[in-house]
Amino acid sequence: MTRAALDLRLKQMVDEVLVLGSMVEQSALDSVSALRHRDTAWAKKIEARDQLINTHRFAIERECLALIATQPPMAHDLRILAAVLEVITDIERMGDYIKGIAHIIPQLHPEPLPRSLPDRLDSMAAQGNSMLHRALTAFAAGDERAARALPAEDDVVDGLYGEVYHELAEGLTAHPESVDHYTRLVWVAHNLERFADRVSNICERTIFTVTGEIMEFSSSGGD
Amino acid sequence: MSQAASVDYVIETKDLSIFYGDFKAVSGVNMRIRRNRITAIIGPSGCGKTTLLRAFNRMNELVPGSRAEGQVLFDGQDLYANEVDPVEVRHRIGMVFQKANPFPKSIYENIAWGARIHGYQGDMDELVERSLRQAALWDEVKDILHASGLALSGGQQQRLCIARTIAVQPEVVLMDEPASALDPIATLKIEELMQELKRNYTIIIVTHNMQQAARVSDNTAMMMLLNGDSRSGTVIEFDQTKRIFTRPSDKRTEDYVTGRFG
Repeated sequence: MTRAALDLRLKQMVDEVLVLGSMVEQSALDSVSALRHRDTAWAKKIEARDQLINTHRFAIERECLALIATQPPMAHDLRILAAVLEVITDIERMGDYIKGIAHIIPQLHPEPLPRSLPDRLDSMAAQGNSMLHRALTAFAAGDERAARALPAEDDVVDGLYGEVYHELAEGLTAHPESVDHYTRLVWVAHNLERFADRVSNICERTIFTVTGEIMEFSSSGGD
Repeated sequence: MSQAASVDYVIETKDLSIFYGDFKAVSGVNMRIRRNRITAIIGPSGCGKTTLLRAFNRMNELVPGSRAEGQVLFDGQDLYANEVDPVEVRHRIGMVFQKANPFPKSIYENIAWGARIHGYQGDMDELVERSLRQAALWDEVKDILHASGLALSGGQQQRLCIARTIAVQPEVVLMDEPASALDPIATLKIEELMQELKRNYTIIIVTHNMQQAARVSDNTAMMMLLNGDSRSGTVIEFDQTKRIFTRPSDKRTEDYVTGRFG
């Protein structure tokens, strides 16, 4: 393969990573809207869409492996391919968190949601999506500075998660008979919190691609 | 991998430059070659790789008008000092060439001849067998030891030349594109052989094949022509092979190993 052809294949692959990220962003937005409207049909569609996300991820993985086998790549090329393999795993896992939310929606009891909950979940999803979008933009552009700055924004999501958790704990205390309902809502918020955590991994891989440094941002929460 | 407190270097160059008449082919090389390691020299055509390799056992002197400046220290001794005998240098630092060049004699004599010249007094049959075994050729030729070396395949001829080189028990084996004329299977055999040989010898290999350098070597020296019209080459980066091929420090190395050079 000529150098120009390899450059094109690498660029197309990174573009497909951005597409994969967009699919997950759309699902994240839809999931909190479907929850707000208690739309179980919509939730089923979101769950089904996860299969498309997985399929797209495997297509990228195959292309990555084909380039590793046939080139084989060196130096920066190798780091891009190694990073793509990691990043698509993170994006797919983020999609799984959203699928988890979609799966919970039909299981919720018909009683109303706590008053502030839908807005706060919207905010968590929006912040997580914004971080994912900018992390992938930085990955595609090789923007080390942005990659180093982004993970700190996870504190915003963690703060919102704290508020949601507090509100749900109060609701559960007032309505102990609805323990299933509130526990499931905590899982929804928890999934959005984990969703945003994964952005740090993508940023770590951007730094690796640019510098070769394998590093880890100190994590604010555990699995 | 932790670095031992005292790393054992077998060859060290100090500001080594090599001239052919007025032409400075290689300029200001400072490098240290670790004992029992495989060191690869890579770089584009015409950058002085082979010239540098040949400086390690004074082979360049066979070219009229060539001379070296600076030092090549071998076990601490300057190879270019007046009292040093170049024949003795080539005994202790052997060489395997790009094209296999067995003598037009029997397989047995190809091994025995050099040993005899160097005054080997021991059991010649034993030396021939040991050398051929070390070169991973014994099983293929043990029944035809008195057939001509030229009757062997290209890959076998190259292993015969390696056997001939190690028969005189050098410390260092220089290899100049040893597999470039071989098919992939024969190449693989040479590469496997190198891994065996490094237990007892230090190997320095010049190769155009970056994959080969990445596969076989522990350390890699990247050579490049200096800027300007001098056409003089030098080592621009010398590091662990895994580093050179995953995150080189020099942009020119990056460009070369990723195929952007030229």
